[in-house]
Amino acid sequence: MKKPNVAFYDFACCEGCQLQVANMGESLLDLLGSINIVEWREVMSEKWDMKLDISIIEGSITDKHAISRLKRIRKRSKIVIAYGSCATIGGVNGMKNSFDIEEIRKYVYGDSYQFFPTEPTRAIHQIVKVDYFVNGCPVYIPEFVTVLKAAMLNIPYYVPDYAVCVECKMNENVCMYERGVTCLGPVTRAGCNSWCINNGNICYGCRGMVSNPNIKGSQEVIAKYGISIDMILKKMNMYNKCRELD
Amino acid sequence: MEKKNININVEYITRVEGHGNIVINMKDGSLDKCRLEIVEAPRFFEGMLRGRSVFEAQHITSRICGICACGHTLASIQAAEDALGITPTEQTTKLRKLLLHYEILDSHILHIYVLTAPDLLGVKSFVPLINSHNEVIRRALRMKKTCNDVCDILVGRHVHPISAIVGGFTKLPREKDIDKMLEMLKSMRPDMDATLELLQTLKFPEFERDTEYIGLVSDDNEYPLLTGDIGSTDGIRINKNEYLKMTNEFIVPYSTAKRSKLNRESYAVGALARFNLNFNKLHPKAKEAALSLQLKPKCINPYLNTVAQLVECIHCLEDAISILEDLKNNPLNYNEEIVVGLNEQKKIPLKSGNGVGAVEVPRGILFHNYQIDENGVIQNANCVIPTNQNTGNIEYDMMKLVPEILDKSEEEIRLAVEMLVRSYDPCISCSAHLLNITLLNK
Ligand code: SF4
Ligand code: SF4
Ligand code: SF4
Repeated sequence: MKKPNVAFYDFACCEGCQLQVANMGESLLDLLGSINIVEWREVMSEKWDMKLDISIIEGSITDKHAISRLKRIRKRSKIVIAYGSCATIGGVNGMKNSFDIEEIRKYVYGDSYQFFPTEPTRAIHQIVKVDYFVNGCPVYIPEFVTVLKAAMLNIPYYVPDYAVCVECKMNENVCMYERGVTCLGPVTRAGCNSWCINNGNICYGCRGMVSNPNIKGSQEVIAKYGISIDMILKKMNMYNKCRELD
Repeated sequence: MEKKNININVEYITRVEGHGNIVINMKDGSLDKCRLEIVEAPRFFEGMLRGRSVFEAQHITSRICGICACGHTLASIQAAEDALGITPTEQTTKLRKLLLHYEILDSHILHIYVLTAPDLLGVKSFVPLINSHNEVIRRALRMKKTCNDVCDILVGRHVHPISAIVGGFTKLPREKDIDKMLEMLKSMRPDMDATLELLQTLKFPEFERDTEYIGLVSDDNEYPLLTGDIGSTDGIRINKNEYLKMTNEFIVPYSTAKRSKLNRESYAVGALARFNLNFNKLHPKAKEAALSLQLKPKCINPYLNTVAQLVECIHCLEDAISILEDLKNNPLNYNEEIVVGLNEQKKIPLKSGNGVGAVEVPRGILFHNYQIDENGVIQNANCVIPTNQNTGNIEYDMMKLVPEILDKSEEEIRLAVEMLVRSYDPCISCSAHLLNITLLNK
């Protein structure tokens, strides 16, 4: 099999998802052995403006320049992978959409705000067609490797569409609701092996919401623990504000 | 001297974190324009924090930067605790110091091997080094992975730590975890020795510009990273709460990152600044390494920031080992493990307040400042990122450097400037994101 030409691109984000790849250690060399990386600005000076087999795109889209750059990448790429929460669901960058754009620009840049144009944050698929999604903030490397293999073989990858609670139960954690705090596990897509709860934290919803959440069950939980809807919504909007633009 | 015109245009400097450009415009031998443009898409973190619980702040602000996510977490927690008026326990402080050591190690190793070494070995990236210097690349990835793995054990993961929160840790390492971390770090020593040997063989560019170096300072014997006052090599010392006096941010239209200045027109933060300020407090092995590399305070060659990073790596490795050995002799109190700090159970008393966090992260001193209301909701937020503090200083370096190397080819000038910028290990996504060099020459 011919090695596919692969490039990493980043938009508004923290680059943590790219860093997850560097964190693979020596097994990264095996990965690099099976693909041909042609552009990866964070670690390489090489540039590439020809056809690509696979583009791995990190970050959300927040300005006009990014929109046209993204469209050009899409045109040149056979396969586009949205990589990390910023790319797949808008991620934390979406919180900006809860504010008036003019107001937040002025708040951060004062009188010079006009030099800093920005638009409501959008996920990649809200602008161009996306072939594969790797959720998470940051991405969970075992899942990324699976998706990359699927992309190379041109077979589909289905992101789990059941709740993080399923994995959490398998990991035998004490439920956070039992410990008196609210967790977004019931409405969030699994696939991270309930990473945060295993480490004593709650799920913040970084993998996006399941397509068919158990609304009745959630309502019962919310009623049982006396949780305010406002607080739940606010928590969901930390990662999932951009869903309103779908 | 010949009236030289230079016109080079490179979009996006590579091998830095984030997006930026450099514009150098020389006409008839005089420097018209010489600047570092930060052209990252702005992300508005400070604006977005308003209305959020101060207990969520560290989760959000760690997303400013993936490379120093632990540093942002620690600065954020410190600001939140300062605002709430709570003092962390001794055990919590010890573990936070350990976490900071892990991250400084991790980040410096990435910079030394993956971002800087290719320049010194005359290649464009680490990729060709996989064949030409396979052992070196394997060593780098191995060290990087060890840092990442110890972070996983301590806080769940390195990119956006999970268990470090306001008030302490949601999960404390067990005895076997401490043994494991200790064993992993000790096994890193031979690789660290080999890294020192490698740096002894590399030749860094010669260039000097005197500037003011800023970082944490303190009266005790510890190399200050997590706590202390703000100090400068010009002899200024102030409380962290007065950070605005020093960072004094201002905005330039061609950059999405804000700027800072103190006593002079610019100042530098980072490994070299810390080295210059606190050399005496380094671990003896780190001091010894510095001497073997001919690095002495006050060093004013910005290219040697990378060398100072290696010295800090040795310090952090040795000090982390000491902390872990201490934890073996003085076992942790697991009653301190806390339920996640969203404070839904109102375990931490709330009050309105203003809090500042000042922490030395890999690239220099980082400030977080939150003002909260009586419900613990953030009203105002400010984050002053190390790279933003350095951009002004980098420009002044460039202005001095370019005229000194005019006899070189345009290609060489461009490389020298790119290397200069890279030596600061800029992390632009913090401010917003991207670094782009343009040498204009009309
Ligand atoms: S998804 Fe999270 S980790 Fe990944 S780039 Fe965005 S903010 Fe960073
Ligand atoms: S609500 Fe959270 S803690 Fe409870 S089972 Fe679901 S994921 Fe686990
Ligand atoms: S537990 Fe929730 S917040 Fe944590 S990684 Fe998984 S989906 Fe993301």
